[in-house]
Amino acid sequence: MGEVIVITSGKGGVGKTTTSANLGCGLAIAGKSVVLIDADIGLRNLDVVMGLENRIVYDLVDVVEGKCRLKQALIKDKRYPSLFLLAAAQTKDKTAVSPEQMAKLCETLRQEHDYIIIDCPAGIEQGFKNAIAGADKAIVVATPEVSSVRDADRIVGLLEAAEIKNIRLILNRLRPDMIKRGEMMTIDDVVDILAIEVLGLVPDDESIVTATNRGEPAVADNNSRAGQAFRNITQRIMGNDVPFMDLEEAGGLMTWLKKVFRIGS
Amino acid sequence: MDFFGLFGKKQKSGSVAKSRLQLVLIQDRLDTTPEMLEMLKSDILKVLTNYMELDEDDLDIDMDSGADGPALVANIPIKSWKKR
Repeated sequence: MGEVIVITSGKGGVGKTTTSANLGCGLAIAGKSVVLIDADIGLRNLDVVMGLENRIVYDLVDVVEGKCRLKQALIKDKRYPSLFLLAAAQTKDKTAVSPEQMAKLCETLRQEHDYIIIDCPAGIEQGFKNAIAGADKAIVVATPEVSSVRDADRIVGLLEAAEIKNIRLILNRLRPDMIKRGEMMTIDDVVDILAIEVLGLVPDDESIVTATNRGEPAVADNNSRAGQAFRNITQRIMGNDVPFMDLEEAGGLMTWLKKVFRIGS
Repeated sequence: MDFFGLFGKKQKSGSVAKSRLQLVLIQDRLDTTPEMLEMLKSDILKVLTNYMELDEDDLDIDMDSGADGPALVANIPIKSWKKR
């Protein structure tokens, strides 16, 4: 029986979709059978981040409304044969699906796949309720900024109220150079405030932008620091104990080069 | 007053962010507003003045993040007890 994990944050733009795509690919690379569900009905994006936008025939709403069979709507990834995407509908709104229908869908999918990863929309309304309905674990993505952490705290409260007990944090877009200068909250600061287990630390990394430009998640790029962070998180999801990466080292050479450049200019 | 503290180096924005968050989350988690806290303060004051003389300017009642979650912390200097 597979695990159903919802990727959520409250605030928009902190990296839910990027995280979903990278963890889905990471788990598939590790040989697991994975279904990614884009629950952001009306604002679908997981398809473009995955580079699968030209392959969508049926979507989540079609499945729920019985317009196609579930298997027909699962888009097979072009790189990893054990990875599938269930796209969101672009022309409907959140009310096209109910929490009960989502829970039933997840229950069906987990019979045949190892991991069901749900990309939750921003906000705490119907779309959020749909996305968490069938989940037994949650990953909260936050960046070290006041607005993101505040919303993450609210989301943790709502997840607990929905009796999702396994809630873990991915701290995204960390800037070790700024943390060092005292101009960004530290990892300990955020963990103190949110009081949930840390699943992963992802440095701010240009390779995420270039990877997304190409529709190829960074987790497959061995030279990407953020990709390495997502590979580590993938291992932790599978229950393997992997040490956190040294974020200092992440900024090491680049920080040094920038310093030299600044002195020189 | 710490003259140099006021005009000297500013506090780093990272720790400003943390303390601002801690305060706003106390209100978020309890679903309270600053107005509710003001009402609570004045009600507490009403009860206390039945028993004691207080200097309202010295009153300090506020929300704080305690070790076991949010706490109402009050420091209320007493001038004298009222005669019964």
